[in-house]
Amino acid sequence: MQLFGDNPVLNTVAKMVTVVIGMFAFVFVVMVPLYNVLCDALGINGKTSGERYEVVQIQVDESREVTIQFVTTNNEGMPWEFGPTTTMMKVHPGAVNDTVFYARNPLSRDMVAQAVPSISPSRAAEYFHKTECFCFDQQALQAQQSVEMPLQFIVDQDLPRDITTITLSYTLFDVTDMVKDVVASR
Amino acid sequence: MNDHHHGPAKGLKRWLFATNHKDIGTMYLWFSFSMFILGGTFAMIIRAELFQPGLQLVEPGFFNQMTTMHGLVMVFGAIMPSFVGLANWMIPLMIGAPDMALPRMNNWSFWILPPTFLLLASTLFMEGGGPAFGWTFYAPLSTTYAPPSVTFFIFAIHLLGLSSIMGSINIVATVMNLRAPGMTYMKMPLFVWTWFITAYLLIAVMPVLAGLVTMMLMDIHFGTSFFSAAGGGDPVLFQHVFWFFGHPEVYIIILPAFGVVSQIIPTFARKRLFGYDSMVYATASIAFLSFIVWAHHMYTVGMPVAGELFFMYATLLIAVPTGVKVFNWVTTMWRGALTFETPMLFCIGFIILFTIGGFTGLMLAIAPSDFQYHDSYFVVAHFHYVMVAGAVFSMSAAIYYWLPKWCGKMYSEGMGKAHFWISFIGFNMAFFPQHFVGLAGMPRRIPDYALQFADFNMMSSIGAFIYGLSQILFLFNVIATIRGGKRISDEKVWEGAEGLEWTLPTPVPFHTFSVPPQVR
Repeated sequence: MQLFGDNPVLNTVAKMVTVVIGMFAFVFVVMVPLYNVLCDALGINGKTSGERYEVVQIQVDESREVTIQFVTTNNEGMPWEFGPTTTMMKVHPGAVNDTVFYARNPLSRDMVAQAVPSISPSRAAEYFHKTECFCFDQQALQAQQSVEMPLQFIVDQDLPRDITTITLSYTLFDVTDMVKDVVASR
Repeated sequence: MNDHHHGPAKGLKRWLFATNHKDIGTMYLWFSFSMFILGGTFAMIIRAELFQPGLQLVEPGFFNQMTTMHGLVMVFGAIMPSFVGLANWMIPLMIGAPDMALPRMNNWSFWILPPTFLLLASTLFMEGGGPAFGWTFYAPLSTTYAPPSVTFFIFAIHLLGLSSIMGSINIVATVMNLRAPGMTYMKMPLFVWTWFITAYLLIAVMPVLAGLVTMMLMDIHFGTSFFSAAGGGDPVLFQHVFWFFGHPEVYIIILPAFGVVSQIIPTFARKRLFGYDSMVYATASIAFLSFIVWAHHMYTVGMPVAGELFFMYATLLIAVPTGVKVFNWVTTMWRGALTFETPMLFCIGFIILFTIGGFTGLMLAIAPSDFQYHDSYFVVAHFHYVMVAGAVFSMSAAIYYWLPKWCGKMYSEGMGKAHFWISFIGFNMAFFPQHFVGLAGMPRRIPDYALQFADFNMMSSIGAFIYGLSQILFLFNVIATIRGGKRISDEKVWEGAEGLEWTLPTPVPFHTFSVPPQVR
């Protein structure tokens, strides 16, 4: 690269500035997407896919049962009542299971919430498929309103046999302000 | 010689419009010392509060601002600019160049710093206080839960990054293009080599830091969710990006210190540096490895075992090139005609204490045991052994070593030795007990602690006060030298010194190497 003809100092500077711009872009176009791709692909951090699972082939494994535990947490300052209607289920890998979570907004103002799921042990994350989940969308509740929210999931028949218990944990975040910001900026 | 043609301008203009590498280097050094005093004052407040258990002097919120600002000011205001100042002064003299390659950019990269630190310090007086989330500013502490002044903090980090990048580009451009005829890469003094590699590290990772604070800015003000789980982001991503910058950053701080020690030890051992080539390759290896070890700062975030093992082995690998360096310094001294002037004392102190810091680093690198040490005072002890006894000791050594050459006057050897011994004793008294309280379970960044840690903390505080006061002696010695030190005129201030800078007259004239020297 000889942008500046025969001025070697400016050519060095041009190369270095290219590196600087490249590294700045690297953060946004490589590091952030790569982190999300790796976490999704490997189930690191117990992250489950935020996408609806398309059922490929159902073959129920009647030979074993897996215990599914449901845990919920309200993020700091989140006043909603939020929890599973059933705290524990025994399911066969491959079978389609349904359960319901409930939520109630006890305040006298409308609010929007987002539930973020996480699986423990994190190794099980890639074998836990949600075909329907309230966490795919934000939940808007008017003042004092309550709602029952469905969850439909399949535990993959390829789940390693040493995993007998999977804990699905939801953390509920108050995103009312974030949604308002988006609406306001439109 | 041509002073009367192109002498420095008079008054304030000389400094404001400075393009001379010596003037800019001097400004960098004075500025970094003033930041050292400011950051040290914050440290004294921290140690005063921790003198006894319970809350005595400051509110916990203010204590958090002090730990944060102490770290930020020391890393970005004191240590980094001090080595940039030294680079400005010494690199052109060492490679036989008339000045830095880009003198006007040099001026700019310095003059960004004072307003930036004024801005950063002013956040302490803003509503909600200054940054209180630790110098590592992990999200969501620095986003969701941050005081409103965080936006000023972000702007300050952007400016500091800009200054560092410009300074580094200048150093790379100087080293690559302005070497005297015959000065091949493998003949460059090690200080130039370590800075050359450091400059590349800065150019590679300061933009990453800028990207990180840009993401914070967007999360706080523009509704994105890079680090917010509610919007699909992840706070752990912050830690990955931060330490991808942060680990090379600690080598940015220590590599120039390695360079300084590699210049000074041969002088007072009166022998050539042992293993010059291996020093260069070790520096390059450390720089490369620094990019693939970042997650050893975050073993406890819930990484897969394979990840923990990779980062553990990669980190332990760094001990090899670092060991090569320590071995080379010790071997340079082996059977040398040693004398123990102040710069040499600081260098020997550096080798001993830095090696202790390296060993505790190895302990921390071992993933299973790190779960015990993580975020404890053991970590605080570790990084102060490498940052203070590493970077700051070598900086003190550098000032004592080159100050007589710069100003043509000799410092007081008695005061210098007193400075060394008082800071050596004070430093160890302050930080050695922190290993013990850390292993016993005292967490870092807390204003109050369990009673069982009281004695060691009191000892630590007294040591810190002693260390702090010894820097006043240093300041006094430097001012006394410049104002009324004993005049010297030998080109070689130290009889064992080698290198181009010692071929110049003493004191070093305003313009040097207008005609490039011939290096054999």
